Amino acid sequence: MIKYGILVFPGSNCDHDAFYAVTKNMGNDAVFLWHKNTDLEDSDVIILPGGFSYGDYLRTGSIARFSPIMNSVIDFARKGGIVVGICNGFQILLEAGLLPGVMLKNESLKFICKDVYLKVENKNTIFTNSISKDVLKIPIAHAEGNYFTDEKTLNELIENNQIVFKYSSPQGEISEEFNPNGSLHNIAGLINKEGNVLGMMPHPERSCEPLLGNTDGSFIFESIQKSLTTVRG
Amino acid sequence: MYKAVVIVKRRPTILDPEGKAVEQGARLLGFNNVSGTRIGKYIEFYVNSDDVEAVKKEIEEYAGKLLSNPIMEDFEYSFEKVEND
Repeated sequence: MIKYGILVFPGSNCDHDAFYAVTKNMGNDAVFLWHKNTDLEDSDVIILPGGFSYGDYLRTGSIARFSPIMNSVIDFARKGGIVVGICNGFQILLEAGLLPGVMLKNESLKFICKDVYLKVENKNTIFTNSISKDVLKIPIAHAEGNYFTDEKTLNELIENNQIVFKYSSPQGEISEEFNPNGSLHNIAGLINKEGNVLGMMPHPERSCEPLLGNTDGSFIFESIQKSLTTVRG
Repeated sequence: MYKAVVIVKRRPTILDPEGKAVEQGARLLGFNNVSGTRIGKYIEFYVNSDDVEAVKKEIEEYAGKLLSNPIMEDFEYSFEKVEND
């Protein structure tokens, strides 16, 4: 059974949603990992959940990034461990340098909470290999999801197929009209060059429960499960 | 002991939606000559050392590592000697 380690920072508020999704909906094992600890407790996958870690003071994720647990996560990721950062978790991964770029305030300056459509740009990753659709419907809930990076890094992301999800129409059309926050190239989620770290602004853990009427998020956890069981044989 | 002031500014090429919104407020108040409003951060703190080089190094590391993000921000700083109390 796969064991998820879900980080808990002061101000995390999607930690229990993530726990519920990976255990109750996906049938995996999970533990909470407090930010002051350094032991990842033999987790197979680390989730950095959404929320407002350390009040998001200074910049989103900037203080959480220096928590004791993050040194262990950086070490785990550098050794090829699977790491998923969702929303604030994505922002922390950017601050930690595990993924390139920064998040700016949404162009509208508004906190946006709604379902969005995501075109799956790369299905050949640990996180997307079991996605049977081209477009997923997953909710976003953030004020700082306006992804930005310099041109050189953007070109690298494109060349290495690191952009995994883009904001799109329900049919998969990508244009400014379907960009909720001003994000560069409609980027909603990306992986590192090695492919073992995913950051995404939308919340897959909020769309795994059939009772809520949308289970598109479960494709991501199914993909992780498939990747790990394939490796283990 | 020294007192330091760090000012963190968004790079000129980075969009500043807050600055834009504030400038809309300026228009509402009739400040028609105001333009290019951009929001930054002002941070002050003490450095407990009397060695100027060590103080500079401490400020630069603190500002570069935590107070600013080099991808989108620049910082400038100043410091002055203050009495211990």
